[in-house]
Amino acid sequence: MSHPERLGSPGGESVGTIAELPHVNETLADYAARYGLRQSAARPPLRKYIQDVWARRNFIWAFASAKNISMYTDSRLGQVWQLLTPLLNAAVYYLIFGLLLGTSRGVPDFIPFLVTGVFLFGFTQRSVTSGAKSVGDNLSLIRALHFPRATLPLAIAVVELQQLLMALIVLFVIVFAFGEPLSFNMLLFVPVVGLQLMFNVGISMVMARLGAFNRDITQLLPFVMRTWLYASGVIFSLPQMMQSGHKLAEYGWLGELMKANPGYVYVELSRHVLLGEYRGYVSTNLKIHETTQLWLYAVLWALVALVGGFMYFYRAEERYGRG
Amino acid sequence: MADTKVRGTLDIDPTREPIVVVDDLHIVYRVYGAGGKGNAASAFSRVLRRQHRPSMTEVHAIKGLSFVAYRGEAVGIIGTNGSGKSTLLKAIAGLLPPHRGGVYTDGQPSLLGVNAALMKDLTGERNIVLGCLAMGMSPSETKSKYKEIVDFAGLKEGFIQYPMRTYSSGMGARLRFAIAAAKTHDVLLIDEALATGDAKFRNKSKRRIDELRKDAGAVFLVAHQLDTVKEMCDRVIWIDEGRMHMDGDPAEVIAAYTEATGK
Repeated sequence: MSHPERLGSPGGESVGTIAELPHVNETLADYAARYGLRQSAARPPLRKYIQDVWARRNFIWAFASAKNISMYTDSRLGQVWQLLTPLLNAAVYYLIFGLLLGTSRGVPDFIPFLVTGVFLFGFTQRSVTSGAKSVGDNLSLIRALHFPRATLPLAIAVVELQQLLMALIVLFVIVFAFGEPLSFNMLLFVPVVGLQLMFNVGISMVMARLGAFNRDITQLLPFVMRTWLYASGVIFSLPQMMQSGHKLAEYGWLGELMKANPGYVYVELSRHVLLGEYRGYVSTNLKIHETTQLWLYAVLWALVALVGGFMYFYRAEERYGRG
Repeated sequence: MADTKVRGTLDIDPTREPIVVVDDLHIVYRVYGAGGKGNAASAFSRVLRRQHRPSMTEVHAIKGLSFVAYRGEAVGIIGTNGSGKSTLLKAIAGLLPPHRGGVYTDGQPSLLGVNAALMKDLTGERNIVLGCLAMGMSPSETKSKYKEIVDFAGLKEGFIQYPMRTYSSGMGARLRFAIAAAKTHDVLLIDEALATGDAKFRNKSKRRIDELRKDAGAVFLVAHQLDTVKEMCDRVIWIDEGRMHMDGDPAEVIAAYTEATGK
């Protein structure tokens, strides 16, 4: 090893300066910069980051499938639960709201109405709750390998999409069992789910960042989600509640606020495109003839959540897994 | 040679290219959950009085460490328990933010720790595939590396099909190392991950580490087995209470360390 000139304070705690003949008194930071070394674990530029995420698309899909499979490995029925869970859910709601309480309040085909609401709201609900845990549950992976962390909440959203597709089989069986004819309108269900997926990706990224740095969130979420469920008209018809004579009608601004709520928007749109009976009921009884406003909100929420959520998550990229 | 690198001074070799520069690094971290009464009432009154968690203490783990590691080096880090070795590796990996000073690296360092699993509920097979994809390999690359990784990990017949939580710590560490070593890293940080492996695996790892060094990366190794360090490294850093104690040739540093710790 060569012996260049040496500077520095022997025994001192801080060594800011080092010496090398052509660069006398160069600090270590400058020396590092001269060789193109960067601060460890700095956040890459946005464009590069998006490319990195895109390059990991296979990882996202494989991770989601693996999660889905491992979810039921401990149970005897295994993957059957993917179908059985939504089916049992629907059965419970039928038992309580259909048979015991009879809360239909004039909504026709109440069971398909209810099941559509529960399944599609559950899609967003589970994206939020598992998104909040997506970073914390994968710390050993985050610490061992380097990859863009945004792939984790993205994978969570894909897991939930795969779960939803299973639930949709049950949903369609129920919808057709109640005599709903196959119609052209149902094709519109595809963009509804697509927009909701975009919204879910965005919101699960927001939750992933919040949950990564504040574990109290996961304790609080069940209550927030239940409140959201009741405010979104999942088990009752919100437009009906806003008719004159109801309490909600007195507070117009509150009604408008609830109509802009993304939970309601995606659920209500799905009902409009899937359930002809409900569509007819809304237009004849409630005098609501168009869904332009709903579509507008659906697109807006999807874009705002996706872009905003991604940026919000990205800005803390270098801090995930620290501690 | 050994005494030319006492703490407080730093040599730079201008003929070699640095890959990790640690500049007057201080690491202070907070430890939660050390004590406290732990019932709801005391926690509530604490929140009301806007106090920090009583159980929180600050630990000054690294106190002004500076060194430069060059391309192609395998650096062993030794020191007693709690001297800050693992903390240093975490800081190099970027997992602990520096309190003062900085760490500069080329590329993103990968840290291999002792926790046995990447994703413990998934089979070894799936861990391999996901690990490779996460490191940015394409599906076809992953397929071609798969056999190599399984052979390298040398798991017993059939274990690759079991969830990783059923693995012994040695098996888990081997698979983890095999996955991480499948890709060329600029900086590979190994924290006791080889400690649980048997002699055969250690030989294989040594060969792999030599290969990685030849590709002009650098390898950092924390290990308590001094013979492992002597075998695999061409430079050893001795850390004591978060400060540099000695830095130089493995044989010399280890000899001094053995003498000091009274082995």
